[in-house]
Amino acid sequence: MPSPGETVPFLDPYPGRSGILSWIFSTDHKRIGMLYLWSILTMFAVGVVIGVLMRLELIAPGRTIMGAQTYNAMFTLHGVVMIFLFVIPGIPAAFGNILLPLQIGAEDVSFPRLNIFSWWLYLTGAALAVTSLFTGGGPPDTGWTFYVPFSERTTTNVSLAVVAVFILGFSSILTGLNFITTIHRLRAPKMSWGKLPLFVWSLYATAWIQLLATPVLGITVALVFIERLLGIGLFDPARGGDPLLYQHLFWIYSHPAVYIMIVPAMGVVSDIIPAFARKSIFGYKAIAVSSLAIAFAGSLVWAHHMFTSGMSDTAVMVFSFLTFVVAIPSAIKVFNWVATLYKGSIYLEPPLLFSLGFIFLFSAGGLTGLVLGSAGTDIHVHDTYFVVAHFHYVIFGGTGFGLFAAMHFWFPKIFGRMYDRKLANASWYLLIGGFNMLYFPMFIIGLMGMPRRYYDYLPMYQTGHMVSTVGSWVLVAGLVTMFWGLSKCFHGPRTVGRNPWGAATLEWTLPSPPPHLTFLDPPDEVPSPYSYEGVKRDD
Amino acid sequence: MTHKHIMPFGLLAKIWLALLALTGVTVGVASVDLGYLNVLAAMAVASTKALLVVLFFMHLKYENRALGAFVILVFVILAIFIGFTFFDVAWRPEGGA
Repeated sequence: MPSPGETVPFLDPYPGRSGILSWIFSTDHKRIGMLYLWSILTMFAVGVVIGVLMRLELIAPGRTIMGAQTYNAMFTLHGVVMIFLFVIPGIPAAFGNILLPLQIGAEDVSFPRLNIFSWWLYLTGAALAVTSLFTGGGPPDTGWTFYVPFSERTTTNVSLAVVAVFILGFSSILTGLNFITTIHRLRAPKMSWGKLPLFVWSLYATAWIQLLATPVLGITVALVFIERLLGIGLFDPARGGDPLLYQHLFWIYSHPAVYIMIVPAMGVVSDIIPAFARKSIFGYKAIAVSSLAIAFAGSLVWAHHMFTSGMSDTAVMVFSFLTFVVAIPSAIKVFNWVATLYKGSIYLEPPLLFSLGFIFLFSAGGLTGLVLGSAGTDIHVHDTYFVVAHFHYVIFGGTGFGLFAAMHFWFPKIFGRMYDRKLANASWYLLIGGFNMLYFPMFIIGLMGMPRRYYDYLPMYQTGHMVSTVGSWVLVAGLVTMFWGLSKCFHGPRTVGRNPWGAATLEWTLPSPPPHLTFLDPPDEVPSPYSYEGVKRDD
Repeated sequence: MTHKHIMPFGLLAKIWLALLALTGVTVGVASVDLGYLNVLAAMAVASTKALLVVLFFMHLKYENRALGAFVILVFVILAIFIGFTFFDVAWRPEGGA
């Protein structure tokens, strides 16, 4: 007879244990994933509000709703919150935690206590980041990149902010370590590497970047802290330091970090597309290997952020060439997704809609990245709104839409309830429309020469800024509609069956929501994750 | 732990002495002007010291090959990070950027 833990849904209290403590000290990967999910969505809301306020300020030249110093703090905070507190932990820490053990037939991750410790580190880092706004010399005004020598001379509270980033980095490292060990050691006996779902492959590639690149960021921000505190000359040229060394060290982490953000979203899309095309994924091995190739090659291109910094021409040429190399595995993925859709029996459900949005927006972001990776054209558009547009197409259009796709794909599994599909579809149109209205004009004003991070601008840029700001309102309307539709998952009777989409990975063999204890015994049979023969919808 | 490896005290002492000697080499090389080769020499000595620590003090010599492969991979990546930085530093025009 199964124990209560094997029958009670993990969202409900475990017999004899209830209350907030059973959540915040839980070692269950599913509950920890939920803690991350609510944390990152809260941070996303904060980042969106700040972004919308910034857009409102920029609707017209001159002061509109805030002063220049406040604006500087706003774009710094928007970057720090969105990058370090939302996008980087986003898909891996939330959906990765919930799904990784379920997809490989494991009871939990390798180090459950380390897992909850990672979340506590994340929470501590987030609390310190918020505290840095209201203490010391006021909110940091450096941008999320903390570039020296300004970050060492500004009297704002950069010291506390970099401590927050240091702690957040450790949270990320420990999650990566946990996932690598789990994938190597805890796969079900019959789950060979060739049967791993592509989402797991993407988490694996991501975890290696988290493990290898994040310590460099930790060291770098620690050095900034030490230099601010003790005044030794590491980066500040006035004290004999090398400011370009800071940029190298910062981007050695922060460029691969872009792949920490985007590769898990690619994994999500790789799992969704075949399920809704009712067709095995095209090029399984190519997609799996391209995740690793992106992780590796993406770690070698960092200095393309520095073409105008004054570094040597040799470095400019080498890093420009390597940047083009990364486009290859990215393109392999896009072609394989499209080839999977070709002649598929397509169900245009919300998860697939968001995945298609991902492909379109990510492709636009990726291709404009080549303009920036090419040393000649980069000189023209460096530090303009072109970069802002490119980055948001990749990260919001890519990772953001990947996260939305993941929510629409797995929320019925996690909550046992279906969301409002009509609202989900409507929100997609609003989001795609609002997104392009918000960010596409930035490409144009960027090409015209509008610098990024400027509080004020010439009247020639006003039309672009105004369209962009109106687009931000449409985008917010889309977000409100989407979360309104998703909120149907949170209450009412649990009516969703085990496999509402007819997908073939292992988590769909479990009840919705899964019980507290899963896969106490590894599954006897592990089918191919993308073989839909005999797989029936159970909604 | 499935096994424990007890290191003989004499071997640990030899490694310690080797690390001290290598520290002396670092100091010695720093006093000779070899251009940017100074950095290479310092990195080589530091890497050797790190290798000794990892192999003997951290017992990697006695672990299985998979673990060894991962550690090597990590060091290769680190070497690439540092090495690629020299595409800039070694070819930077005189007088700085």
